[in-house]
Amino acid sequence: MSDVIVDCIGVNTHFGAHHVLKNINLTVRPGETVGLVGESGSGKTTLGRAILGIGPISSGRIVFEGQDIGGVAPRDRKGRAASIQAVFQDPYTSLNPSMTIEDILIEPIVARGQAAKADAAAQVHKLLDQVALPKDAAQRYPREFSGGQRQRIAIARALALSPHLIVCDEPVSALDLSTQARVLDLFVEIQERTGVAYLFVSHDLSVVRHISHRVAVMRGGEIVEFGECDQVTADPQHDYTKRLLLAAPVADPVRQAERRAALRALSRGA
Amino acid sequence: MSAASTTPAPASAPGRESIVRSVLTNPLGLVAALLLLLVIVAAVFAPLIAPFAADDLQIFKINAPPGDGYLLGGDGSGRDIFSRLVYGTQNTLVGALIALSVAAAIGVTAGLFAGYFGGRREVVMSWVADGLMALPALIVLLAFYQSLGSSIHVSMIIFGVMLSPGFYRLTRNLVNGVKHELYVDAARVSGLSDMRIIARHILLVIRAPVIIQVSIVAGISIVIQAGLEFLGLGDPAVPTWGGMLQDAFANMFVVPTAILWPGLAISVTVASFVLLANAIRDRLQQGDRVATAPKIPAPAPHPVGTAPNDAAVLLDVRELVVGYPTKSGWTEVVKGVSLQLRRGEVLGLVGESGSGKTQTAFAILGLLSTGGRILSGSIWFDGRDIANLPESEMQKLRGKRIAYVPQEPMSNLDPAFRIGFQLTEPMVTVLGISKAEAKARALKLLARVGMPDPVRTYNAYPHQISGGMAQRVLIARAISCKPDLLIADEPTTALDVTVQAEVLELMRDLQAEMNMSVVLVTHNFGVVADICHRVSVMRDGRVVETSAVQSLFADPQHDYTKLLLAAVLDDVTPRVYRPVQAKEVSA
Amino acid sequence: MLSYLSKRLLSSLVLLALVTTLTFALVFGGADNVAQNILGDNATDQQIADLEAKLGIDRPLNEQYGTWVAKAVRGDLGMSWTMGESVSKILSGRLPVTLSMVVLAICIIGIVSALLGIVAAVRGGWADRVIQLISVVGFSLPNFWLGLILVVVFALNLRWLPATGYTDFLNSPTGWLASLALPVGALVLSGIASASQQVRGAMIDALRQDYVRTLRAGGIKPSSVLFRHALRNAMPAALTVLSLQFIGLLGGAAIIERVFAIPGLGSVTVQAALSGDIPVLMGVVVTMIILVVIVNIAIDLANAWVNPKVRL
Repeated sequence: MSDVIVDCIGVNTHFGAHHVLKNINLTVRPGETVGLVGESGSGKTTLGRAILGIGPISSGRIVFEGQDIGGVAPRDRKGRAASIQAVFQDPYTSLNPSMTIEDILIEPIVARGQAAKADAAAQVHKLLDQVALPKDAAQRYPREFSGGQRQRIAIARALALSPHLIVCDEPVSALDLSTQARVLDLFVEIQERTGVAYLFVSHDLSVVRHISHRVAVMRGGEIVEFGECDQVTADPQHDYTKRLLLAAPVADPVRQAERRAALRALSRGA
Repeated sequence: MSAASTTPAPASAPGRESIVRSVLTNPLGLVAALLLLLVIVAAVFAPLIAPFAADDLQIFKINAPPGDGYLLGGDGSGRDIFSRLVYGTQNTLVGALIALSVAAAIGVTAGLFAGYFGGRREVVMSWVADGLMALPALIVLLAFYQSLGSSIHVSMIIFGVMLSPGFYRLTRNLVNGVKHELYVDAARVSGLSDMRIIARHILLVIRAPVIIQVSIVAGISIVIQAGLEFLGLGDPAVPTWGGMLQDAFANMFVVPTAILWPGLAISVTVASFVLLANAIRDRLQQGDRVATAPKIPAPAPHPVGTAPNDAAVLLDVRELVVGYPTKSGWTEVVKGVSLQLRRGEVLGLVGESGSGKTQTAFAILGLLSTGGRILSGSIWFDGRDIANLPESEMQKLRGKRIAYVPQEPMSNLDPAFRIGFQLTEPMVTVLGISKAEAKARALKLLARVGMPDPVRTYNAYPHQISGGMAQRVLIARAISCKPDLLIADEPTTALDVTVQAEVLELMRDLQAEMNMSVVLVTHNFGVVADICHRVSVMRDGRVVETSAVQSLFADPQHDYTKLLLAAVLDDVTPRVYRPVQAKEVSA
Repeated sequence: MLSYLSKRLLSSLVLLALVTTLTFALVFGGADNVAQNILGDNATDQQIADLEAKLGIDRPLNEQYGTWVAKAVRGDLGMSWTMGESVSKILSGRLPVTLSMVVLAICIIGIVSALLGIVAAVRGGWADRVIQLISVVGFSLPNFWLGLILVVVFALNLRWLPATGYTDFLNSPTGWLASLALPVGALVLSGIASASQQVRGAMIDALRQDYVRTLRAGGIKPSSVLFRHALRNAMPAALTVLSLQFIGLLGGAAIIERVFAIPGLGSVTVQAALSGDIPVLMGVVVTMIILVVIVNIAIDLANAWVNPKVRL
């Protein structure tokens, strides 16, 4: 129970003949954000789902605050492990369109039998407040909100059980540029206030760099590089990370031309 | 991103708004509900409504014409047709109710379990359902008749079983669709049990479609039941609509009109069920209804200015306004956009979702979504105003002089045809070359866009290649007829970042090689910096700023441009980790 | 392909075995007074016992079923109890009649629904409203009632067509068409109602796909976009509907044949059901399942040809 909140030890997952997670070792410390970056099919989402208990693992252990939760479904998790929460990519489908915001927000509380209904209403107001949404949002439906606002609601739902860990699966990639920055700031602000740890899954290195303390790079089911954010995103060691970094176009024509040349040189060298 | 402005919002389930109320506000729904109410009242209060008992016969009224106490005349045994119709209602509704309950109970339960849990159980249940559906129901009921006896109700139980696959398939497909929704994942993460997820999230979604199915199955049951009775398989002692039809059939040459009444009773009742189902369906589909033709006439377009006299300008869009019809009039999505594109130039059209950048691109192509119209402004292309050009004229330009590269590579290739066919088809159509010539060119093009094995790609179906390869194929197809102008709508957004770099590289090379003009729609400033010469920043249907790419990033003029550039996350200092003890944490 | 066919055949055999067993058990299990039914109320106990022994229904059920199966796999479906002929002979005489009617109906349903559905999907407007109307009317009018009305109007009043009976195609093609015009007319309405709706929906779906815009952007002719690309992608849905229609028509034929006194499978089924002629009923069930299996395999093959993603 010390400096590590979640510890993946030699985690493997197979989907039929496909080996989608290959001997994953990854730690997240309390109050820390670990960015998990990779391209489609790299296994980053599968790892996130395995930690949440909604995806399978074939072997290995996932230790959360000293307790092995690998392969244990969320409803069977005990103690603090039951409070691990998620924020998903698409704010349009992660909220049930026919439920009010209040019903959505109290679902985790009700599921864990933690609060009486009357108590829950006060909780809902507190949660909405934490994500800077007005109190009257509680009685409205998801369709009345914009993408950014919906993602705030999803974050509020994740906070309902005061979790120590939230797995965020591409939580800003469906949002517009300006909205994306504001939602990322909210993530940071909540972390600094509550000390929650994030496993932050994204395909976008610049997003990951913005929010993470440490970064793991995945490719083909493996973690190819894992280290301090600055080191991985500024001075990567692995060739793939280098390519990933150089491939993302930067919003500056002069520097982008340099990057392009560097990427070309790297590909030629490879 | 940009797709959000063209695709309608996801159809929202009716939620807690009452389905009943929404059906009653639909005129046809109201009529159907009233008719059904009438039928139910007739069934319940039959003895009060019918002037005669069902078996009351008067010999001198055999096949009598209407009148003299017999409202609709007498049947072949001299009984009052009207009274028997009223009494027959009861039997009809009970039969339908039996079939319906059995079908729905079996089908929905099995569908819920098969859909939610999947696996081997689903395979077995689906096989049984397929088997049941492969049996002609009426034949089975006929075959069982001897052992089931003349009680139509037992037959209706069997019929209910035979109808249950309809409910099963419907429910299973709905559950399969919804169980991978992220909100079901979220509920699972919250710790909800499977049963509670089904009760809370899944039943909510399947409720309305199941009600529609109930309504339709009720109709089918009534028809089949009448059919069995018509064939003489019912209990002759019970007055039924089918039995009455049988009697009328026997006397058809004497009183042909007698076949009308029971048939009408059946048809009107069934039609009420169907109309009720339609009313509910209309309510559900309100979200994705296709825009109908505008009631308000669009203002007559008139050219803005004259053709640009600078021959180096290929495309000159002036004060373009694009609108879509809504109930309250034309809603403008592009509100006076002006753009200029020189030959051999790449113009970035950048903005957030809803800024009108994609609609501007589609307007240039003449391919606005259903109902969309250019309301005013001009699109001067190579000295000619192509805004509101007749479709036949536009078609001659597209592919040959103006080409298009879409956002989502996989959905933009026809899954039913080989890549080769899809590559050669435009060349054969537009350039009028032979198929063999087109094939030779297509193979060259595939090699040019970086396919490692052109012949293999040529013979592949779209689902056999990756997204990055599919985008290369689409680019190859777009440039196959050597267009002057290429409209690329977020051409790399759906791709992985390393593939994006390769595709951008390819587009840059091809553009330079062919000296093409390109309009590149994107939300990504990195892509803009990578490939564009000039940039127009769009917001809310207007261009707020146009400048050369270097000056846009070095010295943005408009506040909105500054705001967007500030939101770019390129240069942030990494966060510093301060260890905390998990135990101290509380929200 | 081969593995698909063998799987499909195996599953069909299992279906056939299950249904015949179930039918056999239910039909024979419930048939206590078959001999009484056949001989009439005046029969003596001795006569009944003799007949039961002759028909073999005094033996245990499983034994009877075993005998039936053993003969059936050799193509011998036994003797009819009431019609004095072998079941195979009865069925082979009646099958062509019903098939010719059903195939004609399916062709009409397919063509009319395709036309209506495509026009409604592309044009909307009047064609859309026609389809909406047909779907309600076609669904609500029982086909046998429609048949009766057609008889009254076209045979009794206008005297354009025969009210009843069947003329063999080989004897007189025009006579065949005249004898089937009314029954097929009564059969197709509900089929058109549901199939045209499905075609319309599938076409609208296909036309909404991204690749349609991209094809148009590539200068492909509208007719090619519509008939080559969209129609081909809408085909699987339409074919599936036709296979369900076929099954429905086999059942519907039973009543329609009765109305028009057509000597087909349907009318013999009704006759056998009312008189308790179990061998004939069993034969009908077997024939129907085999027909459905053949049609389903044909539809699957057609689907695989249209849709490259389907791997057989």
